[in-house]
Amino acid sequence: MGELKRLDLEYNQLTSDKMRLNVGPQHPSTHGVLRLEVVVDGEIVTEVIPHLGYLHRSFEKYCEQMTYVQVIPYIDRMDYISAMNNEWVYVMGMEKLMGLKVSDKVEYIRVILAELNRIANHQIAVATFGLDAGAFTPFLYYFRDREHIIWVFEKLSGARLLYNYFRVGGLAADIYDGFKEDCLNIVKRVRKTNEELMDLLILNGIFIKRTANVGILPPDVAISYACSGPVLRGSGIKYDLRKDEPYSIYDRFDFDIPVGDGEVGVPGDCWNRNIVRVREMEQSCRIIEQALEQMDMEGDVKELVPRRVKPPAGEVYMRAENPKGDLGLYIVSDGTDKPERIKARGTSFVNLSVIPEISKGYMFADLILILGSIDIVLGEVDR
Amino acid sequence: MLTNEIFEKLKSEFGENILECNDQQPVDHFIVVKSEKLFEICHTLRDDDDFLFDYLMSLSGMDLNENLGVVYHLYSMKLKHKLVLKVMVPKTDPKTPSVERIWRTADWHEREAYDLMGIEFTGHHNLIRILCPYDWEGHPLRKDYQTPESYHGMKTSS
Repeated sequence: MGELKRLDLEYNQLTSDKMRLNVGPQHPSTHGVLRLEVVVDGEIVTEVIPHLGYLHRSFEKYCEQMTYVQVIPYIDRMDYISAMNNEWVYVMGMEKLMGLKVSDKVEYIRVILAELNRIANHQIAVATFGLDAGAFTPFLYYFRDREHIIWVFEKLSGARLLYNYFRVGGLAADIYDGFKEDCLNIVKRVRKTNEELMDLLILNGIFIKRTANVGILPPDVAISYACSGPVLRGSGIKYDLRKDEPYSIYDRFDFDIPVGDGEVGVPGDCWNRNIVRVREMEQSCRIIEQALEQMDMEGDVKELVPRRVKPPAGEVYMRAENPKGDLGLYIVSDGTDKPERIKARGTSFVNLSVIPEISKGYMFADLILILGSIDIVLGEVDR
Repeated sequence: MLTNEIFEKLKSEFGENILECNDQQPVDHFIVVKSEKLFEICHTLRDDDDFLFDYLMSLSGMDLNENLGVVYHLYSMKLKHKLVLKVMVPKTDPKTPSVERIWRTADWHEREAYDLMGIEFTGHHNLIRILCPYDWEGHPLRKDYQTPESYHGMKTSS
């Protein structure tokens, strides 16, 4: 037998070519039809170029051809995970333009529905984020609970996902008997599951190792990119429109704004963005409980709904705290019954634009987690 | 700060580049400025201690029949005040300075306004289409836009 040949390699002189990879548009971990062009050096991401538009349905162009009432179902289809919140921003903008003041009962029902939808949205966000990290069980737990919220919406509006329930000046239908009990049951369920999930997912050692210190978004960069919602609060900035610029009746409730405090990892990483959502669910539960207590069941929810929606000429920029961040709608009216222009500032669109900035230098598998922690819905990115 | 106070302060600094202040609107008040000095005005709005508009909420392209317009909705995280800024550009030569280097969120917003409205933002580092396919022709949100009959051999209307 001959002598073994020794290979002498100068490792620092080895060069590698960068590789261009394509993620999506049809891939479960891109959370919809998003295409990412990724330049990798080995397994390190050096550049990310998002390509959008695969779900572009010309929302803004269609709005110009429809009456104000017909726009509501289209608004549903933007962020289809939290359709109630989307509708609310639109009808609030229209009410501001027309100078309508809705009754207390309508406001309370709207707050309760919006907060229920916030919980449903965060359940999906945390569940799919766990799924991205390889945890499948929490996904099933959260979807089991979300079903109960969907049932309430179904009883109210007849639809499970796209409700078309809010009207300018009121609501499409009154609440049913037993609405209160259903909501209280949901609150109980959400709290129980969240407690379980703290041990199972959030404080799980493997999950922390995957998500803490990954995809750090510094606060000044977050503001420059106009991030909002849990993405901004995860970086430690206490900014929530429900407190900073209270709309509707949010000034009547007692609740806190959770921020990423670096309890694990550093503020602005994936873990902190995620924990904000988990804690927000508890705050939403508190708001729902207080609203149910304060609400007066008497009154007609359709009393103020105008027969024809025809606002005076003018313009309004309405924004509200949606589950994913602040959704802004710029509505321009020329005095007819059709909008002159509606511009939607999609929350996910703006939040997604920070991806090329924060994913440089991390592993390829972490890119999927960073994308998951931002919580996008492609219906709102592409509109 | 109220819109008319901001208007007075900008007027003293930029003179005739600040055109008008509309506080008659039923809802939102706004300031109209000339597009030539837009970059400097926005820079002042972000960095001056009285303004500190560090958060660009939204940037919208508008079709105003003869002109195209860009509307900037600004917000200050520190001082908690808002401002609506408008610029008008002629349809024949729709050019206005890019504010992408002031607020980085403007990057995608400007690409969207270019894509759908055809406004050219000078100084933008990568002004390409964002929502429509890269080889799409025309700017769909213009009022006089004609939908093409087909795209790569596919019918676009039913």
